[in-house]
Amino acid sequence: MSIRESASPEPIAAPRPWWLVAAVPGVLTFARGPARRGVPWIPIFIITVMVTMALFAPLLAPYSPIDQTLRDKLIPPFWVEGGSMQYILGTDAFGRDILSRLIYGARVSLIVATLALVAGGGVGLMIGIVAGYFGGVIDNALMRLVDAAFTFPAILFALLLAVTMGQGLGTLVLAISLLLWASFARVLRGEVLALKQRDFVALAKVRGCSSLRIMLTHIFPNVLNTFMVLVTLNIGVVIIAEASLSFLGAGIPPPTPTWGLMVSDGRGRIAEAWWVSLIPGIAITLLVLSVNLFGDWLRDRLDPRLRQL
Amino acid sequence: MKRYIVYRLLQGVVLLCLVATFVFFLGRLTGNPVDLMLPEDATAEDRVSMIKALGLDGPLHEQFLIFVKNALQGDLGMSIRMRQPAVEAFFSRLPNTLAIVPWALLLAMVFGIPLGVIAALNRGNMVDRAAGTIAVLGIATPNFWLGILLIFLFSVELGWLPSGRMGGPEHYVLPVFTLGTFLIAGFMRLVRSSMLEVMESEFVKLARIKGLSEGVVIWKHCLRNALIPVLTLWGVFVGNLVTGAIVTETVFAWPGVGRLTYEAVIFRDFPLLQAVIILDAILILSINLVVDILYAYVDPRIRIA
Amino acid sequence: MSDATGDTVLEVRDLKTYFFLRRGIVKAVDGVSFSLRRGEVLGLVGESGCGKSLTALSVMRLLPKGAARTVDGQVLLDGEDILTRTPNEMREIRGRKISMILQDPQTSLNPVFTVGDQLREAISRRTRGRKSEAMREAVEALRRVDISAPEQRIGQFPHQMSGGMKQRVVGAIAISGHPEVLIADEPTTALDVTIQLQYLKLLQRLQQETGMAILFITHDFGVVARMCDRVAVMYAGRIVECGPVAQVFDSPSHPYTQALIASVPKMTGSTERLYTIEGQPPSLMDLPVGCRFAPRCPHAERRCVEAYPASFTVGAEHTADCWRLAAR
Repeated sequence: MSIRESASPEPIAAPRPWWLVAAVPGVLTFARGPARRGVPWIPIFIITVMVTMALFAPLLAPYSPIDQTLRDKLIPPFWVEGGSMQYILGTDAFGRDILSRLIYGARVSLIVATLALVAGGGVGLMIGIVAGYFGGVIDNALMRLVDAAFTFPAILFALLLAVTMGQGLGTLVLAISLLLWASFARVLRGEVLALKQRDFVALAKVRGCSSLRIMLTHIFPNVLNTFMVLVTLNIGVVIIAEASLSFLGAGIPPPTPTWGLMVSDGRGRIAEAWWVSLIPGIAITLLVLSVNLFGDWLRDRLDPRLRQL
Repeated sequence: MKRYIVYRLLQGVVLLCLVATFVFFLGRLTGNPVDLMLPEDATAEDRVSMIKALGLDGPLHEQFLIFVKNALQGDLGMSIRMRQPAVEAFFSRLPNTLAIVPWALLLAMVFGIPLGVIAALNRGNMVDRAAGTIAVLGIATPNFWLGILLIFLFSVELGWLPSGRMGGPEHYVLPVFTLGTFLIAGFMRLVRSSMLEVMESEFVKLARIKGLSEGVVIWKHCLRNALIPVLTLWGVFVGNLVTGAIVTETVFAWPGVGRLTYEAVIFRDFPLLQAVIILDAILILSINLVVDILYAYVDPRIRIA
Repeated sequence: MSDATGDTVLEVRDLKTYFFLRRGIVKAVDGVSFSLRRGEVLGLVGESGCGKSLTALSVMRLLPKGAARTVDGQVLLDGEDILTRTPNEMREIRGRKISMILQDPQTSLNPVFTVGDQLREAISRRTRGRKSEAMREAVEALRRVDISAPEQRIGQFPHQMSGGMKQRVVGAIAISGHPEVLIADEPTTALDVTIQLQYLKLLQRLQQETGMAILFITHDFGVVARMCDRVAVMYAGRIVECGPVAQVFDSPSHPYTQALIASVPKMTGSTERLYTIEGQPPSLMDLPVGCRFAPRCPHAERRCVEAYPASFTVGAEHTADCWRLAAR
């Protein structure tokens, strides 16, 4: 795959985005926050921006993300020579506005992330509670399954699903859920094991509550805290998974803009139109970084015991 | 010790069966398994012979038996696009992947482990925070984007390195680096937290009482113990490697097994993908078995158990 | 018991080690002074949390990294203050002049190296000889601590040994450098009762053979009676009484010592109720100005609360810090 398959007649002088590459680590060092206990303002800000983009995409995006205007293709971002404020972050090979696609892409990422976390996390939660509560053979069997899930890279199954079931939101969510459930199950099972010993559980048993009832009313609310922390810790994983699968052509099919797909699109023209690939990647990195830093901070506040995660 | 090995071997086999079964069912789930197996320009006769060969007109369990029988004979289907047995395609590409993986692993260990130790020794101060930032960065940056970024920097802008494909040593640099950085962060974090725990141990105190130099205390007594969890989590690292290889090889057009997987996906080459998964499973399980044995050697407490 | 000869090998003067925490300063060791003569066994007794172990760690300069620091005092080993030594110099001193036995044998030995390896590490420092010579010495060292079949034990890992045996290995490691001073930090507390006596006898024998001085930290008066020549009683970071064992037992002068001795259940005579000391030790972050035992002392007077008691001599080399002794 040659990178110089340039069909564009006037290769735009694409000035070096060195400062961009240097800025990223710079921002990140700051984003890490002043001290351990300091509230991570920059990550929170970034997350808020992204979520706002996702929620209000139609209002915020200057153009439609999928309309092609071939006349305006491969325009660089405004700070580069040849760019203009008309297309702030430039356009891609089909003349689609990068910024708009970025904004709509945030929406896709958010939707997929939420669904996958609910599905994968939910399944993990249930399995963790069942395994931890019942113990014995059930626990053993389920934990073996968890071990297997850890050993085997879930991405392969995700790819298989995409091929057999076709690309789409459902397949993608299912695939990513496969990545998540095992770590949720393992950690939550540990929690449940500890909870099981507590008096209020014994009391409930003595009162004759059914297992299901105990699990629902006593165990579940008490692991919710850990569950939420796990969710925050895994958002980054999900976003990268979604981006990677999209990049590999196993995510949501075009023309829906997803960040991973955008990076993939721009790959062939990296030499003369670096912004098409690099800008979405920066967005991914910033978001995942912010989410991770925020998640770490949250975990430190809520439950330092989980520090070994 | 022997029992331990046999036990792990059995576990591996069971796992393999699980994976194979899962793959099998996924293939048969969709309404038309024949379509998955054949190229678009297949004739009616092709279809009929395929149906016969795989027993697709019979009950499911018979299909499964045929599947297993074929698998045991080394036949995991015919790649649609490449028109050769999938197994053959896999093994012809495998050496290329094996050419970069060990280097990437080496890179990750050479940088990740000492970084982890240094971070642990400097807990709380600037060095630790800097190392931590590197780690967090490493985790947050999507692998595929890093590869593209590196291509842009070193190939397009600086022209120092080629942008892909196999060739001389300069072709290895970027793919190895991309794949390696994927793992560095993981190693570093793990070693750091493991070291912090070990450094509190009583036997470390005893080592100091003996008057051993700080270097010996840290790098011999502490690290040896701290590396044990790294081995335990090895399985996860191998899984990450496979994932990373798929993406890295795709970005750098490296003709290995990872790229093969990617091609199987975009060309909807189900038989090839099916074979790749099962063969990957065998590969991973074998590596894990070797690591388990190594683990028993490194941690004497396991040997007796 | 040994026959102690003249000079002092270890002298601790006004040692202070504090923990600097966010919540406040914990004065774990707050002005501890004692001296250890060549060849003698000095017991350091007190309840958990009084600062005994920390005193030992301060002397060895092996305080846990982070919050703890020795802020004042002198530790004179053979006349030289080791608190001022550089880390490299301390390394030389440790293992050779002064050594330590830790409390828990289960965690003192590195689980991934053989016992022989760990012994040889200690021995090689001294001999710098070839590996085979160090091996022989290691086997000898194991034999010396009464471990049977030492040639086999050399190649074993810690988890293959019982607690008592492990503690013997720790002992062998401790004396391998022929130290002048050995600090034994509750060496028998974690051992089975049946083995404790054996171990104490071993220590006694070793002490007689080598003539080293031992600082024996314990909370068990029975052990003190058996092992020690002199005893120092510690409470809330300070030493409250110090003297020859026989004297301290026969005429305990500090109320705390009296209470401790009274708490030991007696086999003779009838006992209706076990004697316990009322109350709790004070918080080390929030120490009173006066005598620290005063809140729990049955004889407390006003002057006890107002100022910390001075040290009074009650017998030959026998002192106690209590205002009630001022009259004599």
